[in-house]
Amino acid sequence: MIDATTFLLLLSAATPILLAALGEMIVERAGVLNLGVEGLMITGALAGFAGAHATGSPATGFLTAAVAGAALAMLFAGLTQYLMTNQVATGLALTLFGLGLTAMFGRPYEGVKAPQMPGGPLGVNPVIWLGLLLVPLIWLFLNRTRAGLILRGVGENHDAAHALGYKVRAIRVAAISTGGALAGLGGAYVSLATVLQWTEGMTAGAGWIALAIVVFAGWNPWGVLAGAWLFGGVTVLQLRLQAAGSAVPIHILSMAPYVATILVLVLISARQKYARSGGAGGPGSLGKPFHAIR
Amino acid sequence: MTESDLFRAEGLGKSYPGVRANDDVSFSVAPGEIHALLGENGAGKSTLVKMIYGLVQPDEGRMWLAGQPHAPSDPRAARAAGVGMVFQHFSLFDAMSVADNIALGMDDPPPRRQLAERIERVSADYGLPLDPRRRVASLSAGERQRVEIVRCLLGHPRLLIMDEPTSVLTPQEANILFDTLRQLTTVGTAILYISHKLDEIRALCDRATVLRHGRVVGTLSPRDHSAREMAGLMVGAELKVVDRSGRQAGPVVLEVAGLSSATGVEGTRLRDVGFAVRAGEILGIGGVAGNGQEQLIAALSGETIGRPGTVRLAGQDLSTLGPEPRRQAGLLTAPEDRLGHAAVPEMSLAENALLTAAGRQALVRRGMIDHGAARRFAERVIAAFDVRTPGPDTAAMALSGGNLQKFVIGREILQEPRALVVNQPTWGVDASAAAAIRQALLDLAARGAAVVVISQDLDELLELSDRLAALNEGRLSAPVPTEGLTLDALGLMLGGAHGMEAAHVVAA
Amino acid sequence: MSLRLDPRPEAPLWLQVATPLMAVGATMIAGAVLFALMGHDPLAAIRMIFWDPLFGQAAAYSRPQLLVKAGPLILIACGLALGFRAGIWNIGAEGQYIIGGMCGAAVALAAYPAPGLWIFPAMVLAGAAGGWAWGMIPAMLRNLFGASEILVSLMLVYVAQKLAAWAAFGPLKNPEGFGMPGSRNLQQYSAAANPELIAGTGVHWGVVAAAVAVLASWVLIARHIRGFHIRAAGLAPRAARFAGVSPGVLVAFCLGLSGALAGMAGLFEVAGPAGQITDSFGSGYGFTAIIVAFLGRLHPLGILLAGLLLALTYIGGELAQMMLQLPAATVQVFQGMLLFFLLGFDTLTRFRIRWGARA
Repeated sequence: MIDATTFLLLLSAATPILLAALGEMIVERAGVLNLGVEGLMITGALAGFAGAHATGSPATGFLTAAVAGAALAMLFAGLTQYLMTNQVATGLALTLFGLGLTAMFGRPYEGVKAPQMPGGPLGVNPVIWLGLLLVPLIWLFLNRTRAGLILRGVGENHDAAHALGYKVRAIRVAAISTGGALAGLGGAYVSLATVLQWTEGMTAGAGWIALAIVVFAGWNPWGVLAGAWLFGGVTVLQLRLQAAGSAVPIHILSMAPYVATILVLVLISARQKYARSGGAGGPGSLGKPFHAIR
Repeated sequence: MTESDLFRAEGLGKSYPGVRANDDVSFSVAPGEIHALLGENGAGKSTLVKMIYGLVQPDEGRMWLAGQPHAPSDPRAARAAGVGMVFQHFSLFDAMSVADNIALGMDDPPPRRQLAERIERVSADYGLPLDPRRRVASLSAGERQRVEIVRCLLGHPRLLIMDEPTSVLTPQEANILFDTLRQLTTVGTAILYISHKLDEIRALCDRATVLRHGRVVGTLSPRDHSAREMAGLMVGAELKVVDRSGRQAGPVVLEVAGLSSATGVEGTRLRDVGFAVRAGEILGIGGVAGNGQEQLIAALSGETIGRPGTVRLAGQDLSTLGPEPRRQAGLLTAPEDRLGHAAVPEMSLAENALLTAAGRQALVRRGMIDHGAARRFAERVIAAFDVRTPGPDTAAMALSGGNLQKFVIGREILQEPRALVVNQPTWGVDASAAAAIRQALLDLAARGAAVVVISQDLDELLELSDRLAALNEGRLSAPVPTEGLTLDALGLMLGGAHGMEAAHVVAA
Repeated sequence: MSLRLDPRPEAPLWLQVATPLMAVGATMIAGAVLFALMGHDPLAAIRMIFWDPLFGQAAAYSRPQLLVKAGPLILIACGLALGFRAGIWNIGAEGQYIIGGMCGAAVALAAYPAPGLWIFPAMVLAGAAGGWAWGMIPAMLRNLFGASEILVSLMLVYVAQKLAAWAAFGPLKNPEGFGMPGSRNLQQYSAAANPELIAGTGVHWGVVAAAVAVLASWVLIARHIRGFHIRAAGLAPRAARFAGVSPGVLVAFCLGLSGALAGMAGLFEVAGPAGQITDSFGSGYGFTAIIVAFLGRLHPLGILLAGLLLALTYIGGELAQMMLQLPAATVQVFQGMLLFFLLGFDTLTRFRIRWGARA
């Protein structure tokens, strides 16, 4: 049975993934595949924690995390958009670099307690509200504004967008930095609102799960919300089973989110593969390098 | 050059690394005029119009539009000045609606409902029926072009640039387009019409500026000159006439029956395609792009595998085999896309020779590659087909389109196939290379091979084929002898105007 | 003035060799700046990481470590590079490494304490089979359902880590371990041990396997038709299909082979330097090998050199940790920076860079 506390736990477990996946969805709708979400999230987790610790204000922490995420994402943007590097390899590099950098600079914060988060409306963390609010806002942006239309156009066919005179690179750089900021926020939620401290590698694959959820969502914000809640549900269920002293070993139970992600990915990919009519595939130019020659 | 010129260019020049795309180009367009830009592939037509549309900036020279200096820094500026452009490879967004596509092409689109109304009004005015809510992915090539044209017309251009607009249309569809263009000129819109099809330029255009190697070689009135004269000006030399003699039809070699695409395949599905080609015979398959050509050649090459009994070579059933065993049996193919399909762009010509000749020419023994033999085979292709390149170690992408096409066609012909299927063998190739490729196909047939030429170039089909069939929405018509076939009859075979009604020309 | 990139068909050989070296140089400079910011003597730190392990005072101890660390990196990277060339992204080698180690160890622990010459070869086979099977999961899911092998293989790393922890606390736990998590130490079980073969060199069977892998993958890529098909599929998938390459077979081949090699690397590690399965058996070799593959330009010889270089940073990092109290993660930061610089400088090989004025 789902009571209010369980639902709140689910919302909380879903929020980091929701924020990061919304950000990545914007990036992918612009035609860029950024596999560095995990690196952006862990950077946000540390930057948020450090910012909040230094000022005592979690709000400042979240702001720091967003800026740090955006800044690191700009590194990815510069390499992929201007130096035309491979997006897959650069995204991987971003993750490896983010994990290393935070492990190095995070050492002084090990074992420090995070400052208390203020309660938001209905006693729910304001960042949870932010995540929920972003879902319709991003949907409106993509489907009802001219900027959203242009963003989708760039992601759908960058050559056509270029021929019409749109600045493909500039639009993509803006999308990538937005995605970085949201991933940073998601990471900060882990350190400031869930775990309440900093530990090395604490995002534990949440960034990768966010990437899978974008596919699951069919590049639609409502789908991202559903995917994040599904993930949150699996996490809470798994924790409840652990707490209830289930006969299944803890280590096997804690595989659940990862196995669930694989299952969901398989189901969705199979549906897209065998039912071609729905048009649920990704943006037309996703992951392809854009190089305007003549 | 008069005061009344709408557009004028003087001394335009543009260089790319290793290429002088345009050199000292000057010409002018009058209001309400349909002005042709005529030239071979690579003559510099595309670069020239991209400068007018602001996609690239000239290195030297000046332009004027309606008396004002015209130096657009990007397409937005060009559109604001009154220039519209319809691209050859459409600049459309497949997953989006017609209305979204048009909104993206306007600088200041009205709200959705008003836009839909305006689209419907303009498309009715000009006989270009369009449903603003349809997804572009579901439109035919002709309908997609209408989207582009309507998108331009909503911006009220004074100069409309059309880049090879009929390359994707049937003759009937092209006639409807011509009516629309003539109607536009009555309100003073000038049209810059790029083409290398001489007949349509003679039918449509008031004046023509001919480009060769990036330079203007003359401006003339197409109605006063024969197609042959213009071709001479365009190419700079008399073209050799192909030799069709010496062929005798033998027994059936390639036999296709009941060939249909499996469900779930992307693009046009083949429906019950069947034909037979004899030794020494060339079968032409015409049709507008996107009607199943890609699927047909994939089903013949073995890239898609079919039901048993659908593809036979001299009685042997190849239907369930992949590309390599089909080649071993003697069925060879050459797909349309040179870079990325028929050849790997980054690989050398020797390695590209391996791509299809590995087994048939014994370039691989027990899995190990004989690089020397691959080089020697590539050198033979280069010599036999006059491929202009430093040697077999040159990367495929470093070759010009015509030279690479000679290489990939030559690679198959030198393997002496029993049956050869080619798709668009001379697309984007200069005239002399095209003539060489066509002659090589005729010679191959004369040596007793069965040849299938899939093409959208009607002249090419009439020149090469003994019999002709048309591919339309995945169905193949019954082949008819080419002898005595008129262009009009051919057009109807290709699917007429795709159910399009003739334009209702409303007085503007 | 603005930067313009013109694609070029093939880069001259000197540039292909020079760009990784430039990346290493740039990483050293950036690292020095980082150290200076952290208040360390930059030159001493760089020297400590890149020079002292080979020629410093403790070199006698650290030099053999070079091959011990380079062996698994090279073995894994050789497999990964094949897939990367074909556009098949196995980034879950870490998981295949863990599963391979567990499977190999399980064979040894089942045979314990029996002697027998068959035990070690059987462990190698089990390790390879385990890694192969773990790699075939993403391969099959991609072939059957179109699921991204990137995400599936990566998710399976976390699953493998949890499995290893479960095994260390459960079925593989040392019954004589006084309740401590972790398996028996295989170094003390001579039939299953993977010892140093030549004293003072660090060479064990895994290093031998790495050398064989370098040679074999070189022959495969340069001379064998399968290697040619792998390259063609990566550069132009449609052309490879036209040549007769089945994408599904290629996916299974590349993921299976790289999984098997990673699994073997895990086995050699568990039977040798690591000695036992613990809950933290995975040590990051599977991820570092990705950097090795790229730094080596996906070429076997380059992978050999890159593997040695990254092994050096591991040892140097440990040294700097001890002597200068640098954080352990310094090495990770170096490796990440190295990959960034490499990708950036690689632009030079794919494009001609021009400074062009724009109208």
